[in-house]
Amino acid sequence: MTEGKQVFVEKKKVKKIKGKDEKLKADEIEVFIMGKSYKVPAGLTIMKALEYAGYRFIRGCGCRAGFCGACSTVYRIEDEQKLGFDLACQKVVENNMYLVQLPFVPGVKAEYDIEKIDPSDSILLEMYPEIARCVSCNTCTKSCPQDIDTMKYIQMAVRGDIERCAEISFDCIQCGLCAMRCPADIKHYHLAQLARRLRGKYIDPRSKNLANRVKEIDQRKYDEEIVKLIKMPNKDIKELYVKRKIEAEDEGDLGGD
Amino acid sequence: MSEIEGYPDYMLESIKKVEKNRDYNMKHPVKPMGMKDREKILAKYHPDYMKGTRRELKVGINKGEIFYNGIADLLEARTILDPKDVDLTKIDYDVDVLIVGGGGAGSVAALFANESGIAINKILIVTKLRHGDANSMMAQGGIQAADRPEDNPALHYLDIYGGGHFTNKPELARALALDAPGIISWHEKLGVMYDRYEDGEFQELSGGGTCRNRMHSCKDYSGMEIMRVIRDKARNLEIPTLEFAPIAELIMDDKGQVAGAVAFNLETYEYYVIRSKATILATGGSGRLHLSNYPTTNHYGATGDGIVMAYHAGANLCDLDTIQIHPTGDAFPEPIVGILSTEKIRGLGAIPLNKNGDPFVFPLEPRDVESASLIRECKDGRGIVTPTGMFGVWLDTPMIEIIHGKGTIETKLAGEVRKFKRFGIDITEHPILVYPTLHYQNGGVEINEKCETRIPGLFAAGEVSGGVHGKNRLMGNSLLDFNVFGRRAGIFAAKYVKKAKIGKLTLKHLDKYNKLLEKAAIKSEKTAPILLPEYRGEMAISRSLDIF
Ligand SMILES: Cc1cc2nc3c(=O)[nH]c(=O)nc-3n(C[C@H](O)[C@H](O)[C@H](O)COP(=O)(O)OP(=O)(O)OC[C@H]3O[C@@H](n4cnc5c(N)ncnc54)[C@H](O)[C@@H]3O)c2cc1C
Ligand code: SF4
Ligand code: SF4
Ligand code: FES
Repeated sequence: MTEGKQVFVEKKKVKKIKGKDEKLKADEIEVFIMGKSYKVPAGLTIMKALEYAGYRFIRGCGCRAGFCGACSTVYRIEDEQKLGFDLACQKVVENNMYLVQLPFVPGVKAEYDIEKIDPSDSILLEMYPEIARCVSCNTCTKSCPQDIDTMKYIQMAVRGDIERCAEISFDCIQCGLCAMRCPADIKHYHLAQLARRLRGKYIDPRSKNLANRVKEIDQRKYDEEIVKLIKMPNKDIKELYVKRKIEAEDEGDLGGD
Repeated sequence: MSEIEGYPDYMLESIKKVEKNRDYNMKHPVKPMGMKDREKILAKYHPDYMKGTRRELKVGINKGEIFYNGIADLLEARTILDPKDVDLTKIDYDVDVLIVGGGGAGSVAALFANESGIAINKILIVTKLRHGDANSMMAQGGIQAADRPEDNPALHYLDIYGGGHFTNKPELARALALDAPGIISWHEKLGVMYDRYEDGEFQELSGGGTCRNRMHSCKDYSGMEIMRVIRDKARNLEIPTLEFAPIAELIMDDKGQVAGAVAFNLETYEYYVIRSKATILATGGSGRLHLSNYPTTNHYGATGDGIVMAYHAGANLCDLDTIQIHPTGDAFPEPIVGILSTEKIRGLGAIPLNKNGDPFVFPLEPRDVESASLIRECKDGRGIVTPTGMFGVWLDTPMIEIIHGKGTIETKLAGEVRKFKRFGIDITEHPILVYPTLHYQNGGVEINEKCETRIPGLFAAGEVSGGVHGKNRLMGNSLLDFNVFGRRAGIFAAKYVKKAKIGKLTLKHLDKYNKLLEKAAIKSEKTAPILLPEYRGEMAISRSLDIF
């Protein structure tokens, strides 16, 4: 993957290896994958452009929909100073874009037993002491493809505000782009995972309804009723089903996949 | 240039009609369909009932039964492994419980196998991509459990069974309904952050086909939140996990039991022989087969490998004559075609509308009925045609904030907002364009309440299994499924291991299967399972050489 390096060198040093046919068709654009030129249809995501060019993904491709963080990538558009950060499955290619596939980046995770952990104000600092070294450069926030205020959740962690840290970091897809760029070597996404579990377990109040229902089920309160349903002739259960009252038709508080 | 900014003018014209009718549409909802109407619309517009989508299978234990063409193609292909190429005398991993698939069901199974007494180093998760690259990570809407006082597990059972057109295995539907509250309680202890009211009670929503509000959500990243917490626990326990090494075929022994599997290292092309006393199949679904040519919501690894390898080993399959198409896949813009727009959007009050801005269906029919209604609207010429020739109908998202107040969309549907913002579409201002997309594998390897298949030593759980949902799954029941049956698979596999004795390893079943194909005079160029879908450009493939 030595060609990949070309993306990171200064603009004037970028060596273009032009395709044999220089002309672009109307709906085509030119991209440079690991430095090599390819023509691809406009409007594709980076991921689909790589595939169009002939790449078959093994790494760097998971959900293909912005949920798993497998495809985090960097790019640069010719003549632009700024390095772009995004998800290959979400970002649409632009003309003269330099594309790479990022290698695996190891990031050490703290190990713990959530049952035995003490959810004190200082716990995040104890588990991930490097967060104290944050220099507030905001690079993490700028690299986040989910537009999360990453620096802020790190600062909440330093302050011991587990609840806010969990809240702000909730949409994190653990892509690692922040950690890759952080000058203080912070592993933001691992820390945030711990903060959310602490909040879910120790801070948010528990549901009483749920506790009651679990108890009832343990006492086998519903067994008989369900057996009755299972034994019911098909015709009868169909009727019961059709006639059942649907709560949502009255209210409209609805959810779904 | 490639920048996509909002909707083209002709779509904006149609949106004007949507806006004009919005008030009226909100006040005059379409009523749910009766059973007769449901049947009629399904017969005409749902691929499960249409001609040419499915055929009789010609080989194996389910010979003569109906399967979707794309699945029959795989089952009628030669086995991917040639037994001659594999040396079974050198064992690379020797474990008690092998778990095939590192998604939701697999991870939960691993945790409960450990809790049931299997030592960490006697468990092995083997997965195709990274641990957690799975459909489980992508679920948005939420998970069902009947825990409110106005609800109960018997009502949940009735919804599951009726939603499945009364074709589910009743004992599996019962397990799903009765285990559900216990699962949510387990999640509470693990630290899953559910959406709650201030007093700690869950904010529960309803959805297609459910008679009570019982959908528990974690914003619109429900699957991600559950999956990453479960994975975090597995990582803390250091459960051994082999990534980028999909299982290609199962190994059997001379007593006819499943006794392990052969993994294939995607990067070095080496194989590994894994011997195990119990094997849990947790390979998930098959959206990437694009059955009936639908785009899909599924992750890259959802290629139906589990059903194929189990079938080669003699396990039986059920309900693969149906697929679940989700009514609201994205139809515009092109880069997100097929990706899911969560059912929660309709749950929060958005209504599907045709190009004239008119409603045509109750927004929360069961999925198959809702999808068929959208397809009908488009086939009858009342859909919007996109610049790339896709059909779609509007889903009027701005209604949500009229009902629930400003800011609702941003807090409850952050993922959706983000997805459309990239393309210059503000879903608080404008509706989104949707069309059904291939979402879920209703059936699969038949299991019983203990997750046993008919082959000793082989267990299955999650989307790869069949029987739980019958011929149609309801929303929120498959996150539940992977938890309920992942747990059961782990527990019962651990029990099974205590008395299991493995004989001599063999791959003879593969030779046998290939002979069956010859006997049935099936000539297929293909091999299966396919492990990864093929998306390379046609040009690139046609010029690729197999010399390296
Ligand atoms: C976009 C989307 C939204 C959804 N929303 C909801 C929702 O809101 N509520 C709900 O209840 N359900 C929802 N579902 C359905 C639900 O998420 C899945 O059905 C469920 O998570 C499946 O879990 P699983 O563990 O069986 O499979 P998966 O989570 O898919 O895990 C299977 C794993 O096995 C791996 N694998 C595959 N083949 C092999 C092989 N040969 N060898 C080794 N490993 C292999 C896969 O890569 C994957 O990691 C949604 C699904 C999708 C795609
Ligand atoms: S916070 Fe970091 S790991 Fe999480 S999504 Fe943003 S960049 Fe990725
Ligand atoms: S990149 Fe690192 S040092 Fe900079 S603000 Fe973020 S956490 Fe702090
Ligand atoms: S492939 Fe999962 S986020 Fe892009």
